[in-house]
Amino acid sequence: MRLGYLIRRILFLIAVVWVAATIVFFIPRLSERNPIRERFAEIARSTGFAPKDLEQIIAAYEVKFGLNKPLLEQYVEYMSGVLRGDLGPSLTRFPKTVMELILSALPWTIVLLSLTTLISFVLGNLLGALASWPRSPGFVKGLMAPLMMLQAVPAYLLGLLLIFFIAFRLKLLPMGGAYSQGITPSLTLEFILDAARHQILPAISLILASLGFWALGMRGMGITIQGEDYVNFAEHKGLHPRTIFSQYYVRNALLPQVTGLALAFGSVIVSGVLVEQLYGLPGLGGLLGDAILKNDYFVIYGITLFVILSIAILMFLVDLIYPLLDPRIRYESR
Amino acid sequence: MTQIAAVGSKPDAQEARYEHPSRLKLTWRYLRRNKSLVLGLAIVVALTLFTVIGSLTIDTEKRAYPLAVKPRQPPSAEYPLGTDFFGRDLLAVMVRGVWQTAVIGLIAGAIGTGVGVILGFLSAYYGGIVDTAIRAITEVLLPIPAFLILVIIAGSIDRKSVTIYTMALIVSLLAWMGPTRIMRAQVLTLKERLFVNVARLSGMSNLEIIFKEILPNMLPFILASFVSGVFAGIFGSFGLSVLGLGPLREPLIGNTIWFAQQQAAFFNGWWWWPLWPSLALVLIFVSLTLINVGLDELANPRVRRTE
Repeated sequence: MRLGYLIRRILFLIAVVWVAATIVFFIPRLSERNPIRERFAEIARSTGFAPKDLEQIIAAYEVKFGLNKPLLEQYVEYMSGVLRGDLGPSLTRFPKTVMELILSALPWTIVLLSLTTLISFVLGNLLGALASWPRSPGFVKGLMAPLMMLQAVPAYLLGLLLIFFIAFRLKLLPMGGAYSQGITPSLTLEFILDAARHQILPAISLILASLGFWALGMRGMGITIQGEDYVNFAEHKGLHPRTIFSQYYVRNALLPQVTGLALAFGSVIVSGVLVEQLYGLPGLGGLLGDAILKNDYFVIYGITLFVILSIAILMFLVDLIYPLLDPRIRYESR
Repeated sequence: MTQIAAVGSKPDAQEARYEHPSRLKLTWRYLRRNKSLVLGLAIVVALTLFTVIGSLTIDTEKRAYPLAVKPRQPPSAEYPLGTDFFGRDLLAVMVRGVWQTAVIGLIAGAIGTGVGVILGFLSAYYGGIVDTAIRAITEVLLPIPAFLILVIIAGSIDRKSVTIYTMALIVSLLAWMGPTRIMRAQVLTLKERLFVNVARLSGMSNLEIIFKEILPNMLPFILASFVSGVFAGIFGSFGLSVLGLGPLREPLIGNTIWFAQQQAAFFNGWWWWPLWPSLALVLIFVSLTLINVGLDELANPRVRRTE
């Protein structure tokens, strides 16, 4: 009955995507705002350029973007656009489409978030397992309380405090930006090192904020496993404590943590977006912050939808990978 | 006779010696063991005192808004926390900001928990189509990060007309799914318990059972869910306002950070401007988490043994 499970998961994925896209389509249209008109008002404010036939220009743009058609038709067009990966045009950088902007920003976000999530997951689980392991030194157990406090604080705030202490006070690392001014992005060693230096603080703030989540979850799992018969048996067999720890202890406690990974994607991406905006990185977060500042609505809606879709797909993939990790789970109905 | 009287009085004397400590004393003893609850409550009380005493002694109506005092002053005797680029006294800004942040959190927590309790009861107690519908909606909405939907909602509203209360309503729009799920699960287990069956057999009506039998047993969970709701509400409004989607006229803590970032406060050396709001938010988030850990221990004594 594996196929049945797969079909159910796919239907669920489709439902989530459809609901999300529908919300993203309808909410802006419920409001009275007219992005194009506002855009022109802004140009008029900042440059003094106010064309006389403004109404005609706005009408022409609305025809161009299909905003004059009946709502249902717009909805169908929007949905088929989403399916084709077309999220509409950008208002402020008009010839560019939202998808182009997202794709150029995406590599930064993917590198930052995947690296920090990986480091945080490995380090956090190791710390959590050690904290519940009776033989480990006392200071590891003492680490849990500070980690719990850190986990309560959003990465954005940790980032702000890191900027203050490490970049502003100690002047050890740059305060923001993706690379130093005056360096042109290229695939030279110099540029890569410079860009990496700029990623250290954002990465540390993301890792510190999520470390506690993994450590506490792992410690909880470890405590329940401790009394299990197979751990006792392994001890009485005289296995080396290190073998017991890695093969009997961590391996079993790790499985629920992988599920946790799927659930954590949402908050990882949201805090990543906020931290990128804080440090002015050119990833999705920087793009979103910029679009909000410039009232580029299509970009705001596009990024939001894109992120929701990626989270839904990532969760779907973890669900599919899970049975490979845990041989006990086959998703078969009894 | 006297002997019998003496024997009869013995248990009395014993009982007097083993007299139950007063409720207050018991609470005190418990609090001494549950340190995270105490620490969290202490921080909340301190913050409350700060904003209440502050708003009684400082003219926050004026000094927390632009052009009230000399701009860009570092902390000094006259301005204990300094002033910002727009000429706001940061002490007044913090007093008002902590208050507004708390208001948003409390409204969002109350709405989210309230809706969650109602839907959870409807879903679990009555079952059937209602249950299926509520479950399907929560299941589909839960994986969508509420924050991103909030960005869309807040982005579609005219930012000039956003107030603290609209902000609280926006944040609470998607705060009910988690509580609904928790409450549903709780009601499902509670309604099968023996005492509920006894109540039903003794002729209690559904409403009576809900209010007199089930609800009191769910109080710790409702309280914990409320605290989580306050946390989520403050987190949501904080995230929106540091993106520049907050009520820009108000000295909300997140707004203050956003303005400081927009004016590149650190690059210009005005370190105090973003520092105080960040520290205040750290205190708020840490205290709420501590309270939640403490409540978890209170509601679920099994956690205690693992410590």
